[in-house]
Amino acid sequence: MATPASVHAHAPQGFIRRYIFSLDHKVIGLQYFFLALTAVFVGMFLSLLMRIHLIWPTAVLPLIGTIQPETYLSLLTMHGTIMVFFVLTTAPQGGFGNYFLPIQIGAPDMAFPVLNMLSFWTTFVGFVVIICAFFVTGGAPLHGWTGYAPLSALPSAGPGEQLGADLWITSIAIFCIASLMGALNFLTTTLDMRAKGMTLMRMPLTVWSWFITAILGLLAFGVLLSAGILLLMDRNLGTSFYVPLVVVNGVVLGHKGGSPLLWQHLFWFFGHPEVYIAILPGMGVTSQILSTFSRKPIFGYRAMVYAMLSIGFLGFMVWGHHMFMSGMSPYSAFAFSILTMCIGVPSAIKTFNWLGTMYKGRIRFQTPMLYAIGFVSLFVSGGLSGPFLAQPVLDIQLHDTYFVVGHFHLIMGVAAIFGIFAATYYWFPKMFGRMMNETLGKLHFFITLAGTYAIFMPMHYLGMAGQTRRYSQFTEVAYQTKLIPLQTFMTYAAFVTIAAQFIFVINLFWSMFKGPKASDNPWEATTLEWTTATPPPHDNFGGVTPVVNHGPYEYGVPGAARDYVMQTDPATAATH
Amino acid sequence: MANAALEHGAVEHGLSGVYEAPLFGAYSKKVGMWLFLASDSLTFGALLFAFSYNRISTQGWPTPFGKDSIANATIMTACLLSSSLTMVLGVFAAQRRDRAWTRNWLLATMVFGTAFIVLHGMEWSKLISEGLTLPGFPKPAGQAGEFAAVSAAVPQFPATFFGLTAMHMLHVTIGVIYLGVVAFRKWFLPVLGVIWIAGYFLIPSDNVFHYGIHALGLGLLVSAVILFLKPKDYDAHDVEVAGLYWHFVDLVWMFIFPLVYLMSTRI
Repeated sequence: MATPASVHAHAPQGFIRRYIFSLDHKVIGLQYFFLALTAVFVGMFLSLLMRIHLIWPTAVLPLIGTIQPETYLSLLTMHGTIMVFFVLTTAPQGGFGNYFLPIQIGAPDMAFPVLNMLSFWTTFVGFVVIICAFFVTGGAPLHGWTGYAPLSALPSAGPGEQLGADLWITSIAIFCIASLMGALNFLTTTLDMRAKGMTLMRMPLTVWSWFITAILGLLAFGVLLSAGILLLMDRNLGTSFYVPLVVVNGVVLGHKGGSPLLWQHLFWFFGHPEVYIAILPGMGVTSQILSTFSRKPIFGYRAMVYAMLSIGFLGFMVWGHHMFMSGMSPYSAFAFSILTMCIGVPSAIKTFNWLGTMYKGRIRFQTPMLYAIGFVSLFVSGGLSGPFLAQPVLDIQLHDTYFVVGHFHLIMGVAAIFGIFAATYYWFPKMFGRMMNETLGKLHFFITLAGTYAIFMPMHYLGMAGQTRRYSQFTEVAYQTKLIPLQTFMTYAAFVTIAAQFIFVINLFWSMFKGPKASDNPWEATTLEWTTATPPPHDNFGGVTPVVNHGPYEYGVPGAARDYVMQTDPATAATH
Repeated sequence: MANAALEHGAVEHGLSGVYEAPLFGAYSKKVGMWLFLASDSLTFGALLFAFSYNRISTQGWPTPFGKDSIANATIMTACLLSSSLTMVLGVFAAQRRDRAWTRNWLLATMVFGTAFIVLHGMEWSKLISEGLTLPGFPKPAGQAGEFAAVSAAVPQFPATFFGLTAMHMLHVTIGVIYLGVVAFRKWFLPVLGVIWIAGYFLIPSDNVFHYGIHALGLGLLVSAVILFLKPKDYDAHDVEVAGLYWHFVDLVWMFIFPLVYLMSTRI
């Protein structure tokens, strides 16, 4: 029986086994990270084209030409899908979760390393398939990231709904399988491979957030997989799960008897937990960073854990709030509405605890901290419009307007991206052994914060004024023309914000090779990843398994020699 | 291949002193399988939801199954229930390290599973030949049986029937291959290959299983990769984990049988 102390596995030497088909969770984490980095630039480029089209619909762009209304729909579909699946799900969970979950619990690797490798490469295939959708006959699909039937179920519904839509569904199904493999691995690793002393209530909140995210992924992606299979059957085998009797261009199609509502139920049963899959890891990393850089224990550790658990649980109860306008019984709408507003309670607990953590702290305003504070700011700004949309009465007015776009971009898009940025700046020294440039980091932060608010805050006004999402040419609509200046302002803000992201990329790659060498614990943090070498050896702790004696956030402990107590420091009387 | 998985040998068997005790007292593979089953139950749950949704929202849901269909499905159910028993006996044999009987009981389980698939396949073929088809498939020539009328009147009926049972049949097939790999390891691969090739040539080309049999080819490929990556002897824990999967597949059938067959019986 091999024990970790006696078997010190060495990294494989060949390039392919070491960097391509690696079983090392750290390499796989970096693969996920760079996949998401590629995807986020694709998604950002698509949004740039959309912003340009919204204010100059007839502009002739180099290489692309004029964006047609159908192309605009393809752009928004692919922007949403790539961002939600291949960035917001891939980077925080697949990337940072893979890299740091095993290290933070003191494990040498994931529980199933082969499954972990398969999970990444399956995700990669999914990404290749969805990119292919741009280049097939008819182009990318038109149906939005939500893929509402019957538009998504009928190949004759539009140019992009032919092979492009099949590729889209196939890509989603592949992504579902990859996420299921990943989630299984995360959960098993957390349950079975915690180092001695790493009890559940000593796990860093990042570990808790990845753990709860994995539970959500495990239960949600299976449903989307089934829904996708049925949608493929509708498209290719002539069944009518989602399609009632429809007429397209005067031709009665062979479908009958299905219900578009079935797709909406199945999709949103996945889709709402997916929102929390995107945001929960951001909450975890924000808690970690706020505590570290305020030099104070996290305020209300247990409350944070229970809040995340209840957010995860309630997340499965509220999918109906996406369907208030789809013909829902008022009694169901009432129940979904109440349950949705209940999510405000754990969210408020978390926000209160974040503020409580910072209160009277000795705050170090370094870039990771700025991004964590930015996360809290965006989480509150985006979250406050949630209770508006949760009420059927208001939702009937605001449904499918820019108000909704502003709401979910702030909270699920930008806040989650801020979580990713915070994690990148925070863990970069551990991952690459060098420090990122602080000046460029702060510059990037302030432009991005101001820029994203400038883009997404005005959307709330547009929505209340009645501007609907997914429409391509507002400049031609008489009663909308007064709103065009606001759209123009948002487009210019988008230009600036997108330009600022190149500061990040330059900083990232320059620091990777030329940045100052990082020490093992540059932030003076307490969790296990900072006890090992930088970057960590192949089996994370060089052949030993750490023993944990302390909670994850013991800063400013009275009587301690330093202002922080590492989790592996010897036990003291003050230990809890 | 020194990978980190070797290091968790200790964890998988719950013997290690360097880790916290596993939360549910189970080794990693077993926890992993339970989690997979949780997720798979949601996958089947979505399909059953789609079935129920269609059934409730469609007026005049047909009840075409007669005595012979129900008798056939009852025999299939009996096969699966018996296979659960032989699976349990196989796990017991593995736990007392009785290799011969482990193999025998697993083989018995595989035989019952295969009988289930064959009976199910024959029933599919019969229903298709009587006209129960998906709209996208060619209609059988010259037949206008009762099932053809059902397919024309309520296309949701064949769609949900084939959707649910195909997914389940796929799971049973994966289960048989899984047990074959656990029980016979690489000796199972040529058997699987022969069945695949023979099935392809013996099943007439107008039958859907002429193409469906290629699932076995895919299974052969995946099994070969797994046996290449982990050429180890499977122990009692592996048999138990395979058993979890097998019992789950049986359990799913206990939902499908009453919902799809019994509730659609002509009384």
